[in-house]
Amino acid sequence: MTERVVDERPGSAGALGALGGQGGHVGAPLLEVEDLVKHFPIRQGPLARLLGREPRVVRAVDGVSFAVQAGETLGLVGESGCGKTTTGRLVLRAIDPTGGRIRFEGDDIAGLHGSALLPFRRRAQIVFQDPYTSLNPRMTIGRIVGEPMLVHGLVKRADLPERVAALLETVGLQREHAERYPHELSGGQRQRVGIARALSVGPRLVVADEAVSALDVSVRAQILNLFVTLRERLGLAYLFVSHDLGVIRFVSHRVAVMYLGALVEVAPVRELFQRPLHPYTQALLAAIPTIGDGSSSIFDQPGRLLDGELPSPIDLPRGCRFASRCPHRMPRCAEVEPTLDTVASDHVVACHLYGDAKGERS
Amino acid sequence: MTAETILDVRDLTVDFHLDGTVLRAVDGISLSVRRGEIVGLVGESGAGKSLTSEAILRLIRCPPGRITGEVRFRGRNLLDLDEDALSRIRGREIAMIFQNPAGSLNPVFRVGAQLHEAMALHLDEPRPALRARVVDILARVGIPAPRTRARDYPHQFSGGMAQRVMVGMGMSCVPALLIADEPTTALDVTIQAQVLALIRQLARETGAAVLLVSHDLGIISQMCDRVIVMYAGRIVEQASIATVFGAPAHPYTRALVDCLPRVDGVERLGTIGGVMPGLRALPPGCRFHPRCPIAEPRCSVDVPALRALTPDHRAACHLARPGA
Repeated sequence: MTERVVDERPGSAGALGALGGQGGHVGAPLLEVEDLVKHFPIRQGPLARLLGREPRVVRAVDGVSFAVQAGETLGLVGESGCGKTTTGRLVLRAIDPTGGRIRFEGDDIAGLHGSALLPFRRRAQIVFQDPYTSLNPRMTIGRIVGEPMLVHGLVKRADLPERVAALLETVGLQREHAERYPHELSGGQRQRVGIARALSVGPRLVVADEAVSALDVSVRAQILNLFVTLRERLGLAYLFVSHDLGVIRFVSHRVAVMYLGALVEVAPVRELFQRPLHPYTQALLAAIPTIGDGSSSIFDQPGRLLDGELPSPIDLPRGCRFASRCPHRMPRCAEVEPTLDTVASDHVVACHLYGDAKGERS
Repeated sequence: MTAETILDVRDLTVDFHLDGTVLRAVDGISLSVRRGEIVGLVGESGAGKSLTSEAILRLIRCPPGRITGEVRFRGRNLLDLDEDALSRIRGREIAMIFQNPAGSLNPVFRVGAQLHEAMALHLDEPRPALRARVVDILARVGIPAPRTRARDYPHQFSGGMAQRVMVGMGMSCVPALLIADEPTTALDVTIQAQVLALIRQLARETGAAVLLVSHDLGIISQMCDRVIVMYAGRIVEQASIATVFGAPAHPYTRALVDCLPRVDGVERLGTIGGVMPGLRALPPGCRFHPRCPIAEPRCSVDVPALRALTPDHRAACHLARPGA
């Protein structure tokens, strides 16, 4: 089935080649995020205002730093409410950060607004989770895929149908799909349309926000393969946001694990799955039901599973944000927040357990 | 295995009469679950797995639905019972857990009161004893400060806590059968693990038979003793976990297992071309044949029967061989 997806016909490749970004700054990462913060204020009631109480905030993203190289996939994994989706939206400047720096191809884009962001919008695109609500039901597929190119003035109207057809073929659809409406397509086909729309303006970075989570197993495999094929052909970089560790493991080069608004561990994919260091990463991996031979069950060893639930991101405890659920909790975990430090080549972790190792290295 | 057969479903069919046409959503399913056994019902959306579990409990509105066949629960055919007799069995002898725990609790009553009411329906005990039981159950399913939390409303519980309450409530009457339909699909992976561990532990303790409906092959593999794979309204394969995941005989099962990202260094996942057919466009013969990599001419004509390849392994494929 991959053959259908790997469409190497010169027409489509050419059309995309022209759109595909080149250039960039050799050596520097494509995307560099430093100390990114997003606080959502909570509306105060009149009484609280009258009493002059401190305004409270949800600390959705609370000082996150990472980089994505050109052509690289960084998997961003965590459970609901950890801030991974907000991080993806911040990076795209779909919402305004409360603080921090976002550098894309060397340019600071955190401070840009309105039309100043337009060139950036061409270079960084998003694919959403739900292929049912992210496509306008009244627009034909051709218009959905073609409109971004017109908005950005990338194509003459006369050339549009050919460009759209090439894009549709690139994502494994047929040119005839341009005439159809979203409701005539299956979930997997719609997600292909969402990908074609993102690719239409020739981005170098695509944020995939739970892009395969709504799909059934067999369709999900097709779309994941498509993401990988497109990365190879077009040199795309992905920030792949997902709660599904199986998906993250397949698609990522490096993985960043997020908990309650902060990164707790970042490592190359193989390293992370074989040698997870942070107790949260370890618990997360232990909780995945992987296919076994039925001789034993992870659910018969409750000791390995994590107790308790995510604390509220409003009143974060002092110290390590994972301390309340951590099986290796030490006194200082309640006092001092651990920083994200290097413990091995390209492997960073925010945990006091590895404080000594870090001390030796620094 | 000589354990008592708790649930014995034979030739179960669910039809929907809509706009003058008849849509067959479940087509002649036979399955059984023994005491102490956890059986998984797995398939992709639209395979008919949830409808099968709903038909077993007669939770499908008829009309437009129509359920035929037999659902023998401890010897009695549930499809023959009147509503009164059936509701005495549902909740007491057969417990049910659904996907959305918040939707299963009434938002305007305290959690403890709802547990209390459910148990009062089925247990003939004085009020103080029931109240103590409610707190016991909450403690049992790992709710911190159970006495206080019993006075909370459902919205004060997280999804994982609410689902644990549903599990506790379901198991409190020591049912002979638990039907759990995607019980953790709405939950995060660490919370999912807590709920599934609880279901498995309580089932093992009480000896309840469990029918677990899930789209997640990993969950099925870790939870179940046997698995039944459904495709487009029919069973395509049933066997032990080791057989289905180690040596599947049906091409659909094989392809499904290959679709999962499981090991490192895989460049491409296995895929199945196309999508599962809708009820209005079911192909003749084997329903998987348009997507099947090894289909032969007869596959588009003859419906393959669910044949026994070994005593514990059945597959509905003309080309299935034992150990293939």
